[in-house]
Amino acid sequence: MGKKLGKQTIMLDHPAKIIGNFSIVGEKEGQGNFASYFDMILKDDKYGQKTYEKAEKKMMLEAIKGCLHKAHLTTSQVELYLAGDLLNQIISASFSARELDCSYLGIYGACSTMSEILGIGALLMDTGAYDHILCATGSHFTTAERQYRYPLELGNQRPPTSQWTITGAGASMLSKEGNAPKITHVTFGKVMDYNIKDVNNMGAAMAPAAMDTLITLFQDTHTQPKDYDLIVTGDLGKLGSEILMDLMENKGYTLGKNYADCGQMMYTNNQKTYQGGSGAGCSAVVFNSYLVDKLKKKEYKKIIFAATGALLSTTSSQQGESIPGICHAIIVEGA
Amino acid sequence: MNDIERDKKYNDYVQAKIPKTKNFPTLIYSYLVGGIICLLGQGIHDAILAIWPQVTQEQANVWMLIVLIFIASFLTGLGLYDKIGIFAGGGSIVPITGFSNSITSPAMEYKKEGIIFGICVKMFSVAGPVIVNGVVISFIIGLIYLFI
Repeated sequence: MGKKLGKQTIMLDHPAKIIGNFSIVGEKEGQGNFASYFDMILKDDKYGQKTYEKAEKKMMLEAIKGCLHKAHLTTSQVELYLAGDLLNQIISASFSARELDCSYLGIYGACSTMSEILGIGALLMDTGAYDHILCATGSHFTTAERQYRYPLELGNQRPPTSQWTITGAGASMLSKEGNAPKITHVTFGKVMDYNIKDVNNMGAAMAPAAMDTLITLFQDTHTQPKDYDLIVTGDLGKLGSEILMDLMENKGYTLGKNYADCGQMMYTNNQKTYQGGSGAGCSAVVFNSYLVDKLKKKEYKKIIFAATGALLSTTSSQQGESIPGICHAIIVEGA
Repeated sequence: MNDIERDKKYNDYVQAKIPKTKNFPTLIYSYLVGGIICLLGQGIHDAILAIWPQVTQEQANVWMLIVLIFIASFLTGLGLYDKIGIFAGGGSIVPITGFSNSITSPAMEYKKEGIIFGICVKMFSVAGPVIVNGVVISFIIGLIYLFI
């Protein structure tokens, strides 16, 4: 069983190996900076379905299928499915679990879902009870827009602090055995709320949580930012990651060139997404394409993957509540 | 954890850091598009009067509004009105065409939830406040009118 280091970090006895990974994205994301790394790019965001919610579920299923294929496993070998998404009652996760024949845990962590489920999966793997655990999450621009914001065709303007929910899904297969990138440490974050109420400025709401989790991880493991090839946050966006760098600097930690943010990197400047990408799928597709690829090729030896989430609902923000942020971090080492 | 001073400091810092909307170009674009919509309305009004001379000024106004509402709704259906909106901002929201767009867009969006619970229930989810405020204010003005 894993050993607790410091306040919140767990060092795993038997690191979970990521033996399969798959990413699927929408058309806009397919024209972005990571285009050549994604496994599959959709031509039609509706993915041949009647509704966008159905398309989101189909994307998750496709990611699962691709992940199983790349891990050379069949559905029957999966023992546990961990998944989550942004929609009410996490329907995409649960409805995709309907098609699988294994235990299922649905988890809501907003946009921090990918690192949360990978962390939980790695811990469960460390108990020795499981051989294969499947982790998947995704988001869809259109379903998120209708749930959190306005109808698609409404002629309103987006504020300059806003981000673009990405259309995409990512899946990872965790395994007890195998020669693949492995999850060695897990730090589950605390909910941090610095009283940001602007729902169009998620980066600022989540940055304090990212700061808290990263600093806790450095303290617990007695490491420094320079000890990692890459420290990557989920979807703070341009503004949020600048805020994080300032916050960390104030606490005596310098995030330099080895720091990046999935949301900030997702789109090109011409795509007019203002602060970049967001959504549960954002960190999921970058992790399951670019990051795992680089780890496999040993270009990165040790990275921190820290997906960030804003734990608000439309009801809470309409009632004037501020936005609680969360960030879960995992340390992944190359094979 | 609740630290009012820390939160205030952070909010001030964030406020200073966020990119602001560029006022000048935004104003020009909304003025241009809003102006074009008004010009179009005037054109439709004059055309109606020219084609049917028996129509009164008031009737022509009503017909002009109906035509503008139809055009905006039609453009919304084609997926074009939101693109105008990104460019024009208030210029395409304030005229009656914006009102038309705010009713058509939820109707399209929620079609999949059925005619009653989708279209009928959600149709006024954006425009509802405009109607409520319109009714309340006309009631108040009516009262004032009654007593003076």
